[in-house]
Amino acid sequence: MSELFKITKTPIDVNELIQHVTRRKAGAITTFIGTVREWTNGKKTLRLTYEAYIPMAERMLSQIGQEIKKRWPDTEAAIVHRVGTLEITDIAVAIAVSSPHRKAAYEANEYAIERIKEIVPIWKKEYWEDGEAWIGDQLETVSYPEGKPSDLQLAAKEGDQHD
Amino acid sequence: MISVLLFAGLAEKAGKQQIIIQKDQTTIDEIKIELQEVYGVDAAQNVMVAVNEIYTRGNAEVRSGDTVAFIPPVSGG
Repeated sequence: MSELFKITKTPIDVNELIQHVTRRKAGAITTFIGTVREWTNGKKTLRLTYEAYIPMAERMLSQIGQEIKKRWPDTEAAIVHRVGTLEITDIAVAIAVSSPHRKAAYEANEYAIERIKEIVPIWKKEYWEDGEAWIGDQLETVSYPEGKPSDLQLAAKEGDQHD
Repeated sequence: MISVLLFAGLAEKAGKQQIIIQKDQTTIDEIKIELQEVYGVDAAQNVMVAVNEIYTRGNAEVRSGDTVAFIPPVSGG
């Protein structure tokens, strides 16, 4: 077991990710696998391109790992996000969390994907039959209404109250 | 010199991903003005700023050797 919070240009190996959180203390491992969806709101996606500010993205993934440890003390997390061109059904992101009991593993895993969508500098460009566009703000909230991120988006390692 | 990084739509708009500012020090707001005037990039709204890979807010001062990244709304996952 070793820390794994990384951006990769090659296909994600989920089993390898699981290995990173496997330990004798764990009684549960949850995995989340985010894949490229063909249809969104009636629009057909042909493929996606993901771009990242790689060193900072890895730093933020690692921060999410630390936030998880604070909120669910006995967990271990590993996260890999892919960049480059992805086809429909390809794996874009995979998250594995292990814990002694299943509840924490489920909760922490969901927390991880929500935080990725808030703070990790990764961008998705969708290609359709009739055009292309960078997609912003997957949470479908008003993004940075005051021209700056909210406390929640900035919440750092300590005292994070995100819920 | 100060390195300015642009991503996604901002990079496309500017036609480049990195801009070098030959100054010993400046501010985030000064950089935003330059982005607007020279490159037609509006980084005033809906853009987070990271200095040396850490999110910052407000009109921070930056110095030679710093890397300033303009981060449009993220869409990973």
